Amino acid sequence: MLLITCPHCGPREESEFSCGGEAHIARPLAENNLTDAEFADYLFLRDNPKGMFLERWRHAAGCRRWFNMARDTVTHEIVEIYPMGNTPKSKAGKAAHADSWRRDTAAEAAAKPASKSRSKQGG
Amino acid sequence: MSGTSLFGRGKKDQVSRAASGGRVDRARPLTFTFDGKSYQGYEGDTLASALLANNIHLVGRSFKYHRPRGIIAVGSEEPNALVRVGRGAKAEPNLRATQVELYDGLYAESQNRFPSLKFDIGAVNSILQRFFPAGFYYKTFMWPASMWMTYEHVIRNAAGLGKVADDHNDPDRYEKTNAHCDVLIAGGGVAGLMAALQAGRSGARVILADEQNEFGGWLLGESDTTIDGKTPADWVAGVVAELEAMPEVTLLPRTTVFGYMDHNYITLTERVTDHLGERPVHLPRQRMWKVRAGQTVLAQGAHERPLVFSGNDLPGVMLSGAVRSYINRYGVVPGNRTVVFTNNDDAYRTALALHSAGANVVVVDLRRDLKGELVKAVRAAGIQVMSGSAVTIAAGTQRIARVEISPVNEGATEVLDDPIHMDCDLLAMSGGLTPAVHLHSQARGKLGWDEQLLCFKPTTVHEASFNAGAGNGVFAADKAIENGMQAGTAAARAAGFDIADGSAPEVAAPAQSWRPLAAWKVTNGMGEGEGPKAFVDYQNDVTASDVKLAVREGYQSVEHVKRYTTLGMATDQGKTSNINGLAILAESLGNEIPQVGTTTFRMPYTPSGFGAIAGRDIGDLFDPVRLTRMDDWHRANGATFEHVGQWMRAWYYPKDGETLREAVDREVLAARTTAGLLDASTLGKIDIQGPDAAEFLNRLYTNSWLKLGIGKCRYGLMLKDDGMVMDDGVTTRLGENHFHMTTTTGGAAGVLDWMEEWLQTEWPELKVYLTSVTEEWSVATLSGPNAGKILKAAGVDISLDPVDFPFMAMREAHIAGLPVRIFRISFTGELSYEINIRARHGLALWTHLMKAGAEFGITPYGTEAMHVLRAEKGFIIVGQETDGSVTPQDLGMDWIVSKVKPDYIGKRALDRASMAADNRKQLVGLRTKERKQVIPEGAHAVLDPNQPMPMDMLGQVTSSYYSPNVGSSIAMAMLKGGRALMGGTVYLPMLDGSVIEAEVVEPIFYDPKGERING
Ligand SMILES: [Zn+2]
Repeated sequence: MLLITCPHCGPREESEFSCGGEAHIARPLAENNLTDAEFADYLFLRDNPKGMFLERWRHAAGCRRWFNMARDTVTHEIVEIYPMGNTPKSKAGKAAHADSWRRDTAAEAAAKPASKSRSKQGG
Repeated sequence: MSGTSLFGRGKKDQVSRAASGGRVDRARPLTFTFDGKSYQGYEGDTLASALLANNIHLVGRSFKYHRPRGIIAVGSEEPNALVRVGRGAKAEPNLRATQVELYDGLYAESQNRFPSLKFDIGAVNSILQRFFPAGFYYKTFMWPASMWMTYEHVIRNAAGLGKVADDHNDPDRYEKTNAHCDVLIAGGGVAGLMAALQAGRSGARVILADEQNEFGGWLLGESDTTIDGKTPADWVAGVVAELEAMPEVTLLPRTTVFGYMDHNYITLTERVTDHLGERPVHLPRQRMWKVRAGQTVLAQGAHERPLVFSGNDLPGVMLSGAVRSYINRYGVVPGNRTVVFTNNDDAYRTALALHSAGANVVVVDLRRDLKGELVKAVRAAGIQVMSGSAVTIAAGTQRIARVEISPVNEGATEVLDDPIHMDCDLLAMSGGLTPAVHLHSQARGKLGWDEQLLCFKPTTVHEASFNAGAGNGVFAADKAIENGMQAGTAAARAAGFDIADGSAPEVAAPAQSWRPLAAWKVTNGMGEGEGPKAFVDYQNDVTASDVKLAVREGYQSVEHVKRYTTLGMATDQGKTSNINGLAILAESLGNEIPQVGTTTFRMPYTPSGFGAIAGRDIGDLFDPVRLTRMDDWHRANGATFEHVGQWMRAWYYPKDGETLREAVDREVLAARTTAGLLDASTLGKIDIQGPDAAEFLNRLYTNSWLKLGIGKCRYGLMLKDDGMVMDDGVTTRLGENHFHMTTTTGGAAGVLDWMEEWLQTEWPELKVYLTSVTEEWSVATLSGPNAGKILKAAGVDISLDPVDFPFMAMREAHIAGLPVRIFRISFTGELSYEINIRARHGLALWTHLMKAGAEFGITPYGTEAMHVLRAEKGFIIVGQETDGSVTPQDLGMDWIVSKVKPDYIGKRALDRASMAADNRKQLVGLRTKERKQVIPEGAHAVLDPNQPMPMDMLGQVTSSYYSPNVGSSIAMAMLKGGRALMGGTVYLPMLDGSVIEAEVVEPIFYDPKGERING
């Protein structure tokens, strides 16, 4: 059982948290045209890497706040916990974010309004 | 209890008890029962030592072959002596007799035998052993499938461990507790004690746990060792006294550290009262500890290995160190004519102990060049030593009776000369020591092979952990004490405490080599697989031949061989068998042991009962039950209840012996002819506030919310982003920036989580605040043509004229002086008022309405009638008509999906090409040809009932009831291409071979035009 440091409450047992799966999956806006296959990248495809993984967690039985976590799925080392809307700051976390296949997808590009650009939240 | 039992047995019956010595209290005799016979032991005995004191070696039958088995060990590594202790509901199976502390009146039975331990029918397995080779379970599966059911029955009865108490709930009480500490130490032998002393002296918060009844570990069984000039027991007593005086140190004897999980999360089972005959009622039987430790010191000790030779599983064949412990710690001499069979020095200490206790001893040593202090001492005592020799066969029926001893080559693979025969009643074997690395390995620490000691020992740790003592491959007592000190010091420092190195106590013990000779399988001079079996894993009945057979059949990976042969599995986790098994596997593969590697040790270290894991979370405390404020009234008025999530809801209110159907018919009719009253307090309620509340709802629901007027209600359908329906409910605008949402009863918590997730992770720019208010409101739903009259009679202080208070509106009002919110919404299709009142007034409102409505035929109705009433109107229930794969269009609810909103959750997914497919399951109504016949819910529909199986399934019936208002059955179904089948006939084949015929109709059965909504 992991010991997770909630950014608001401090270190707590894993049983107080729920895992929300892969982080940084930007939601395409319906106004942007995507093919069904492109949209499926957002809707269905999830990573399951061996090693560094960026994922979302929620302190479900505590403050109920969501946050992001960079965790090694092999060693269970928690490398970094960072707020929603941010990207990781640790070297391993940064690399995992930059190397993700999602960065090049039409689904991610479609998360921004077609005309003006706006920064995406880490949801 | 007096010194003699009811059966007239006296101390003289303990024929194998030494006159003096050991840590048992001869002044406190205890009587116990084993397999129906009464025996005597002493305070301080285990069940195993007391049985051996009575010269009882045969204590069980083996798992697979039902072979007679005896006690071989002295601690938790015992693989054979599994017994069932206690009677009736309190009986617990599979306890190791070596860990069961004796108390007066203890009742124990052997296992795996029928009809008796001495004559066991299952032992025929031994004769039919060709049918139980390695992998027998897997091979059995390959027999004709039709026969598997038969074989399974036989095998399940013949194989397996002990039986649990039948048909009883465990009457004992258990507890769970959580703890934090700076340093947790697993194992209270010399290394663990020294680690605890160092960490304790640093001021760190320390937990020291040991599975035995007293601290001290192996040294309590040594008579040839002193520490600082004291006996081990005296030295241990001093250390324990010092630890007890430290306020930050918690000592947990009788406590097994059984699991080591991520981030130093450790689980322990404390046996609080198991050792007591009379158990104090204020104490739990066992307590499970869940500890988060800053650092750990693993000082689990080591296990002695058996030697693998023919007949090595006979009762009376024991581990050498265990024999020595029984003599020195328990004052029990387990045999008189004894053979000590060894590949190392340590067994010579056992030879000396046996000799001192008055037994005849012969030492058979696989090694040729014997030297050193211990060998000299043994020879000086006049004990015969046969070097370069092996016990090639042990023989006997239910106890070892004789051995064959032959000169053998270095690896014991060849017999060099004819054997000599020797009678004996005890064989003490020693195959070297194996560090108990279970916890280290559970914590994913790495192991390395020690060429000198012939064992795996810890190399690097994965968690914040240190290894110490014999468990770290440091076997000599003086070195183990030093190692424990170092580990305790390092752990305390790593936890942030300061402590000087200190100096270790002086240990005086015989000098000995800890290096065994590698001779993993002793030949019996016959061909492979011939002659008596040589066991590697006693508990799982795995022989050396089984391991070799697995290799011949192509298994190479150690993990595969483990599963194929069951070597090292189950409750034993390979404590005595692991290294011997690996070595024989390596030899068969022609490989080196480190290259073969070892398997993963699984938790638990020893089994932990489910009672301690469950703790108090049983019965009423298993899961909370939620009751509404009107619950007392429902009970007083004879309601039956059903569980809806954690809620208990009134199901129906039978009167005068009515059946379910009769009561529900009456309630359903009343709601459409006079009035019904439903307790709807359980509906999920979420208070939504903030300047962006309307915008948020607009994104959450499929329809439009921005222009909803204040005081107006709207029905909404919530989708997941894949376009599938997840919840529905009515939401009301209480103010410009204030909404009141209702959800399904079961979906309330999930919907709140869902909304929070979107607000926090996707749309943090929206200023919206959510509060669950489900428990803040009691809700009474008044429904039926007389609903308005009753509300007036109840004294409501607003106009109920439909012009003033239209359908889908909310009004704040008072009833009997109490403020209420009344929502004119309807789940029945009748004139209906959902009256919300501060929760604590729920019962008052309910009884007031019942009184006011008496003259208007008010009838309380439960959830069953509610289901019928809504089904008559074709209203769906999320989770009944839907299953997570249903879109609004599938439900025929396209009308609620906005065509103009730029986005909402699920919008893009509904545009997927596959969502428009003709063969999606769609909601329809079914009208049975036999009009009174009610289709079972879940029935599957087909177009052609005569099609050979498997038939083409159209879909399933989701709701089905008898409707007294329609005068027939009604049903809703999700059928493939259902809309196109309208007017056609489908068939519903039943399990009994009959077929129900039904017409596909619109899913609305009553008041299709909605004319009754205004009463
Ligand atoms: Zn928190």
